[in-house]
Formats: sequence, C-alpha cells, structure tokens
Amino acid sequence: MAQIFHPFTNALSRASLVLALVLLLAVLVFAFKLYRSPYLTWAGVLLEQPVAFSHQHHVGGLGIDCRYCHASVERSAFAGMPSTKTCMSCHSQVWSDSPALEPVRDSWRSGRALEWVRVHNLPDYAYFDHSIHVKRGVGCVSCHGRVDEMPWTFRAKSLQMGWCLDCHRNPSPALRPQPAVFQMGWKPTGSPEERQVREWFSRHHDALALTNCTVCHR
Amino acid sequence: MPPLTIDEWPEGWPTDLSRRDFLKWSGASLALALLSACRQPLEKIIPYGQEPENLVAGKPLSFATALAQGRSACGVLVTSHMGRPTRIDGNPRHPDSLGAADIFTQAEILNLYDPDRSQVVLEAGQPSHWQTFAAAWTRVLSGLRNGEGLRILTGAVISPSLGDQLSRILKRYPGARWHQYEPVASDAPQEGSLLAFGRRLLPRYRLREAEIIVSLDSDFLGSGPGRLAYAREFASRRRPERGQPMSRLYVAEGTPSITGSMADHHLPASQLQIEAMARQIAWACGARCARLPLEEPARRWAAAAAADLKRSRGRGLLAVGEFQPPMVHALAHAVNHALGNAGSTVEYLPPPDFRPESHARSMGTLARDMGAGRVSALVTVDCNPAYAAPADLDFPGLYRRLPFRVHAGHYADETAAISHWHLPLAHPLESWGDLRASDGTVTLCQPLIAPLYEGKSASELLSALFDENPRSGYELLRARWRHRPSFERFWLESLSEGVVAGTRYSPQRVEPRRTLAERLEPVSQAGYELLLRPDPTVLDGRHANNGWLQELPKPQTTLTWDNAALISPLTARTLEVENGDLLELRFRGRLLEAPAWVLANQAERSVTLHLGYGRRAGGKTAAGLGVDAYALRQGAEPWGGSGLELAKRSGRRALAATQGHHSMEGRRHVRAATLAQFKARPDFARQTEPGPAAEESLYPRWEPGEYAWGMTVNLNSCIGCSACVIACQAENNSPVVGKQEVLRGREMHWLRVDRYVEEHPPRMLHQPVPCMHCENAPCELVCPVGATVHSQEGLNEMVYNRCVGTRYCSNNCPYKVRRFNFFQYADLKTESLKMLRNPEVSVRERGVMEKCTYCVQRISAARIAAKKEGRRIRDGEVVTACQAACPAEAIVFGDLRDAQSRLSGQKADPLNYDLLASLGTRPRTSYLARLTNPAPELAS
Repeated sequence: MAQIFHPFTNALSRASLVLALVLLLAVLVFAFKLYRSPYLTWAGVLLEQPVAFSHQHHVGGLGIDCRYCHASVERSAFAGMPSTKTCMSCHSQVWSDSPALEPVRDSWRSGRALEWVRVHNLPDYAYFDHSIHVKRGVGCVSCHGRVDEMPWTFRAKSLQMGWCLDCHRNPSPALRPQPAVFQMGWKPTGSPEERQVREWFSRHHDALALTNCTVCHR
Repeated sequence: MPPLTIDEWPEGWPTDLSRRDFLKWSGASLALALLSACRQPLEKIIPYGQEPENLVAGKPLSFATALAQGRSACGVLVTSHMGRPTRIDGNPRHPDSLGAADIFTQAEILNLYDPDRSQVVLEAGQPSHWQTFAAAWTRVLSGLRNGEGLRILTGAVISPSLGDQLSRILKRYPGARWHQYEPVASDAPQEGSLLAFGRRLLPRYRLREAEIIVSLDSDFLGSGPGRLAYAREFASRRRPERGQPMSRLYVAEGTPSITGSMADHHLPASQLQIEAMARQIAWACGARCARLPLEEPARRWAAAAAADLKRSRGRGLLAVGEFQPPMVHALAHAVNHALGNAGSTVEYLPPPDFRPESHARSMGTLARDMGAGRVSALVTVDCNPAYAAPADLDFPGLYRRLPFRVHAGHYADETAAISHWHLPLAHPLESWGDLRASDGTVTLCQPLIAPLYEGKSASELLSALFDENPRSGYELLRARWRHRPSFERFWLESLSEGVVAGTRYSPQRVEPRRTLAERLEPVSQAGYELLLRPDPTVLDGRHANNGWLQELPKPQTTLTWDNAALISPLTARTLEVENGDLLELRFRGRLLEAPAWVLANQAERSVTLHLGYGRRAGGKTAAGLGVDAYALRQGAEPWGGSGLELAKRSGRRALAATQGHHSMEGRRHVRAATLAQFKARPDFARQTEPGPAAEESLYPRWEPGEYAWGMTVNLNSCIGCSACVIACQAENNSPVVGKQEVLRGREMHWLRVDRYVEEHPPRMLHQPVPCMHCENAPCELVCPVGATVHSQEGLNEMVYNRCVGTRYCSNNCPYKVRRFNFFQYADLKTESLKMLRNPEVSVRERGVMEKCTYCVQRISAARIAAKKEGRRIRDGEVVTACQAACPAEAIVFGDLRDAQSRLSGQKADPLNYDLLASLGTRPRTSYLARLTNPAPELAS
C-alpha cells in the first residue's frame, strides 16, 4: 500500500507537539504577566481627574501634612477626601483666580461635589481599615508610594491580595515609630524606638491571626 | 413532566435570540470577558462640599427616635451610614424597648426603602402635584360652612403634637369630626377598666414582682404594648439556677401564642371556657359574680390557678388578653385588687392615646353618618378602611358615594384606589414628630433622612390642609414643646436621649366598684368558634408589602407568605382535612374559602384566622397573598365568635412552611425538666447526650488564638418571638427569596427558630439555631476549594469569593445552618434597596454558600477599637445583632478565654448543653436547658 503521508509529516507532527507545549506555556506566561500588569492592576496608570491636583506641590513643596486633607485617616476605615470647603480654606486666598481651580470654585458656588476618579480602589469584598494600619505604624508611603514626588497621583502598588499578604504574614519590617508614619522620606535608622515598635508587635501579636480570612473579608 | 429548565433564569432571559446569534454573542462575550474580566472598573470618589457636623467619614452615627405600631410606640436607635439609615435597634432608655426591638420595629427600615411606597400625589390614580391638590382642596374646604360635613379619619393617635393639631382644627371648624380606627388594637382593655373603675385606664404589669402569673388568653410576651419590657422582666424570674425563686405561668388560650409556649401549664380553651374560667377564678378569689358551667380539665386547671393566686397574695397576677370581652377584664381587675396585687404586680396608667375612645364605635359612627349623607368630605390619614373596616359596614360602598374623598397613606392601597386623591405620607424615619409610650413617656422623633419622595408627615399634611401658613414638621414640633423651660437645652437633650424627661404617667390609685354590673347572655356553643387575630408578622396588613416580615416564619406555624385557617388536630380528623386542604368558612352569613393548617395546642373547636392577608392593592409584594379574613369581620364582633360553620372543599393550596414537622424524633434537641427534677439532678441536660472527649477525634487540632468566641442561647428565657431572625437579616444583608423558593426549602435566614411540639405535657418548645461554629467543623473538611476555613479565634469562616458552589459543606453540616444562593436572590437592581444594605457586609451573588458569621464585622470593629487603645476586647463589647434585638436577653456572646466573661459563666452553668454533642463537633454555640415550674396540684 502506498504511503499516504509524506515522511516530512513525522517532523511536522513532532514540531506541532512541541509548538503546542510552547504555545500553552506562552499563554500561561501571558496570563500570569497580564494578571500582574498595570493594565489589570492600574498600578502606575495616570487617571484623568477633574482638577489638576498635584501631591508633589502640596506635600513635597508646601509640606502640608496628609491629615490636613485626609482627616479621618486615624479614626475611620476611610481616610477621608477633603471637602470643597477644605480646598477653599486656602484657595479663597491663594491662587483664587487661577483657571486651573475653576472646577473647585464652581463646586463651592453651586454646592455640587467634585467627582474625583478613585485611584486606590479595593474590591468591595475587601474591608481595609486605614485607622488601625496607621495606629500600628504602617507608613502612608508603604501602600501609597512617595506621593510627594507625584505631580499626578497614581497607584504605586498593585493592591492585589498577594501584596497585602506579604505584609500580613510578616508585618514587623513595615512598621515605623508613630511620628514617622506620615513622613514621606523616612528611612529606617535602627533607632531604639523602631526596635521597640517591632518587638512589641511580635510579642503581642499572633501573626497567624492577621491572615485569617475574616480579618479583611466578611 | 414540566421542562426542567423553565425557571433557570427567573430574573429574565432574552428569548428572542436565535441559536446562531446566541453562539455569536457568547463567543464574543467569552473573548471580551477573558480580556477585561479581571480589570477593575474605575469608580468615582465624591467628597462633601461641606462636611456635616460630627460626621467622621466611614463611621456610622446613631440617632434616637421612636416608631409607632398601632397604639404603642417603641423607642429606637437608628444607625446611619453617611446619611443613610441602615438599621434599627432598640433604645435602652425607652421604657417600651429597654434596648430590644421587635420584628415590626426592625423591619420598618425595609419599608423606608420599599420601591412600592407611595411616591407622588395621585388624582383618580393618575400622577398629579401637591399644588393641583391644594387648589382642589381649597375649593372644597371653602364650600363647607364651619367644616360641616368634613370628617377626618386616622389610626390611633398617640402623638401629643398631632393630637393638639387635630384639636385646633376641630376648634376652628366646629362642624368637622375626627374619627379613629385602628383595625387590630382592641377596645376591650379600656372598656373593661370603665366597667371596673369608671375610668379608662390600662394595666401595666410588673413581672419582676410576680411569682404566679395566670394568663387568660393574654399574649403579654408576644403582642401589645410593653411586651419587650415584659419579656425581660419575665425572663429575670426564670433563672432558678441563680438561686432566685422561679415564677409559675398558667396560660389558657384559644390559639397558641408566644406566651402560651412559655407556660408551665397550658390549656387550649374556647372563648366561652375562658370566660367561665375567669368567673371561676374571680369567684374563688372572693369576687361576687355569676358563674358559668365549667367542665374538666378546665375546672381543675382554674381551681389550681385560683388556689395558687390566693397563696401568693400581692405576688400573683391575673392577666387578661386584649381580645377578651370587657367583662373578663373587669373581673381580672377585681381579682387583682382583692388579692392585693394592684400596686405590686400590676399598676394602672392612663392610656397613651391622645383621645381614648372606642375605635369600633368611632368607625361605626362614621359609617352611619356616611350612610345618612352627613359626610361630604372625608380625609383619611394613615388608615386603610376600604380594606380593614368590618365587612358588615360595607365601607367601600358608602365611601364611593362621598362627594370628596382624600386618602393619605404610605402605599396606594385599597382605600387610595377608590379615593379622588391619594397623597403620599413620609416615612416615620423621614419625619419630625412625637409619640407617647404605653407608660406615658414621650419621645421626640427626628428624621434620619430627607423624604426620598414627595411625602409629607401627618402633621405637615394637616398643616398644609388647614393652616393658612403651612408649617414644616420641625416648626410644628418645636412650637408644641416651646413652653418647656430652657427650651433649647430641653430640645437637644430630649432628642439625644430619645425620651422626654418627666413625661411618664404616675400610677393611678383606683378602687374597683363593689358590684360588677352582671349581664349573662345566653351563649350558644353551636358549631365552631372563629377567632380573628392580627397576623404574627404582618399585623393588620400594614406590613404586607414587607418581604422580611412575609418570609419570617410565623412563630407557631412556621408558615410564610400566607395565612391559613388554623384548626386543632381533632377538627382536622373530624373533617378529614390535611394541611393545605381548602375549607369553607361561613360566619354570620358571610363566606370565605381558606386553606387549613393543623396546629397542635389549638383549642378543639376553635378556628383561628389571621387578618392582614388577601390584600388587593398596596404594593407588588402585598397583593394577592393569602385570604382576606376581614371579609368575615363584624363591627360588633371584631375578634370573631361562635357559630362558625366549617366544611371541606375540594382543592388544595400549597403553603410554604419552613418546618415540615414538629417532632424531635426521639432525640433531645430541646432539653427540659421540671424544677424538682433539676434540683435532684442539676446537670440533667449534659448527661442526656454526652459528647466524646476532646482527644477522641480525628479532626486536626487548630491553634487557639487571642480570643475564643462562643455563644449561648438560654431556652429558659427565649420566648420564640423571632426578633433575632429579623435582626440578623437586617445586619447581614440577607435576601428574600419568595414563596416558591421557600416551598423548595431555600429560605436564606442565617438564624432559624425551630419549634417542637410535645404531647406530654402539651407544650411548644422554641430553639433558635444559628451556625454552631464547631471546633471540629464537618463542613470545612469537605470543601474542595478551601472556601470555608477556621480562624484562630474559633470562627468558622465563609469566603464567598472562593466558593464555587459544590454545596458539599451544607450536605455535611449536621445542624443544617448553611444557606445557598440558588439564584441571584439579593436584589442588585432596585436603586432604593442599595441604600438599605449594611456596608460592612458583602452582598452575596448567585452560586455561593453563606451562613452565620457571629457578626464578624462587629468583632472586627471591636478588635480595631481595642487595638487602637492597646487593650483586649472587653466583655460585652461585641454584641451580635441577634443578641442586641433579643428582648429576653436569651443570647449571650463573648470570649471563652476570658474566665470572667458573662459567656464563661453561662458555659459553666449546669444547664448548658451542646446540640448533637455525640457527633463530637464541639460546637461553640450551646444551649441552656429549659426548666418548668409546674404546680403540685396539676403535676399528675
């Protein structure tokens, strides 16, 4: 009986097997990369905002404390967004006729709120609480990055669950003494206060309890 | 066989799609989903223009106000999340709440966001405007000289300011008349005190003082004003293990009630028997009254009760139910005075009504005047007479003949449908006002939110109708209380406390008349006896559109979404009917067809029908459920009477009950003993079913954490009122599934109240069952995706986002406390319902399992608060929703690692036992066994 397939077909079939494996691997790698890519996590992506607000100018330049605007960060789960009144407490005097601030003045006149695009947004089933993180000594920079260097605010970290767990499994290295929590350029110095915070934490805290599901999800 | 897939997408599936289009679309959506599914959608963050005072963004605030239920008011604390009220709890400072809240009060929050609520002015059913109405009204009012022919019909007015307003209107329009009609608040208690004392007074019990309580059809724990306080006082006398003497409760009643299920001696008795027993007891206690023949076992029962009452002079109490005739109330007053109970276990207070009167007579007068053509304009405010007026008055027929008919209400209901104008009323949580509690204490009511729609409060409406310069509810209320010294301080204090200091009535000193006017009418006991009663969950029908209350299993029958003719097992055998078979009820020439429901402990020849169903309008949920018992109601006999004819009809109706049968099948889920048995063997409950030792287990041991959460439910205190079920539903965003799904056993309550019936002695036992949070949890081992896991603190956690819906956990749970979202039960579409949700708890989607979390959001909040202050969570700091609502304080939650905690004390109690302990699950939720205190005379 005559051969139906050309001998070359053998090579083809072997190659296609290898190719299929490579393809599968490529898809997996792609999916893995995609899952962590800024496209999905929004990390590092600049978002259009109603007002060209610069943290670099307000925090880095003028040295305004985080809590001046994000006033409930020490008391509530929600850090708080400044009301138009907070903006106007300075901007009725400073840059009071700058065209860039027209949306703020318009909001003040009309009573209509400014609608910011949320930069740091957790899924609805994750219940993050700012107040306890701040109280425990997690610096703002740990999650939000150096906002004092951001002319246009973006998400510095992925905010994915794996990233949260990195810290929840071993929080001590991320902890700062209380006065340093709101400092942008703070570096660990190995001071006794720092050691105290970390030691206190590891003594008083059951590391396992921080990874219980209901700590964040409920 | 019906197609299996018919109900696959009850929320709607586009059926006009061809097969080819369907494949195209699904292919495209799959591809798009792969690309974009994981990408988080962008959201807006919207700060205030100017922050409200005292508001910390993200932190809930709590405000005191009060809510009315017919003739009673309950003080509440309402939780508000960033301006939207989400939850109603009791106000500990309010005398009729003491911190607890009943099902109606708590479910009022759902009424606020009910999308079916009346939203705009309707003229002949068509949307209109307040201005158009005002023009029409001015024409009508100016045509009435001195208000001649003008009638105002309201429910019971227990608001001092609204009453004052009505008085002013009547003074200004001398020809006008004001009528009150509250369909299910009985006139008999006040009429009874008229007979006994010549004054309208209401008894208020002091159950902490009472050692012997004899209830003749009085459901003081389950209905009527003061019930929450009574439940707490009653429970305080049912803890013999604490060394206090235990009270004894006798209950004789026609249809089993919550109070009846707590009785040490329960006797099903017909109306006639109850009157005979009242006379027997009164006679035995020295009152001169005529007697009626009494047969065994009622005679023996009454003799024992009377003997016990006489033995405990000044520490006994004879309580009479509000549906009993006035004479029986008068007899009870005579007995309580003769035995020195008055002033000790019972005191007499003026009724909270602004104008106490007989509502039946008031309604009768209105109907008569309407028939005689003396009424030219009727304004109905928050009352639905076209549905709830007695059938023999033919209210709708009379009403249709009136030249001008205005209805103001929360729903476009049956009365609105035949009115010229319907005006939307604002919800109580949207209005200013004041309400008087049953002991006279006034609460100033404050709004939690601006009216969502165009509604006005009752006082604003009256001001708009009759004042030349209509005033806001705020101005009206302040004007009413302006006379108080240092007014601004009084105003702020009263609002923040939820009670106005110094408004409580002082007990009245009264003496009963020596001779009770005697009038024994010949009573025929022919046929059956009809008992018309308010429904346990929808009352007179006002809550018929409330899905929470419709789906709440009724305490005695566990029926949902329906009412039925409740008959005794003997009647069922005589007529050869089973649950759901249709019965024909003929009463005073009127006919009604209703499904039967066989209820143990129902009086033998009594048939109970609950009012409040058979609505024809008033919302999508309300209309078309159950049968309208008002069709059998007579003005002269509002609560039924004898002479009912009962016949079996062909046909059945499917009734959705959550519990299939009421037997424990030989197992002792609810353990009970008499006081004597308990004294002989204090740990009887634990010995009934001992569990294996801790080490006798193949389950992996988990490492104990900083806390060990646990719960106890005291079955000695639990009255089975279901307040905990609604509290849980409100707190945890539990969905409503509807009658069809309940029929399939898919109700979503995280906490259910099981009820069992025992024959010897005849009684009903209640048992609330939340998740047991087993230390050796069978559910956890079988989950293939780790969606249910154990926390270090002993919580059995449910992770919705991991759950793939295998339901293995539910199959393996011996307590059957897990609930599965077979469909998208949570309503994600209706805008107003989104505002209702508790933001601290996830809203679950189709295909995931859920169950009681021990209110983990509350534990988290307490843990964070404690950590911020660098301390442990204090005992009593975490209060679960069910615990907060419980009027009897039957539920205790706390930390087992704290040996001083209240919970540890409960767990060490000899009565403490685990449910299904022999399975070795080591549940964290345990029960305290029930004790009864039977009288020696009746012990045989």
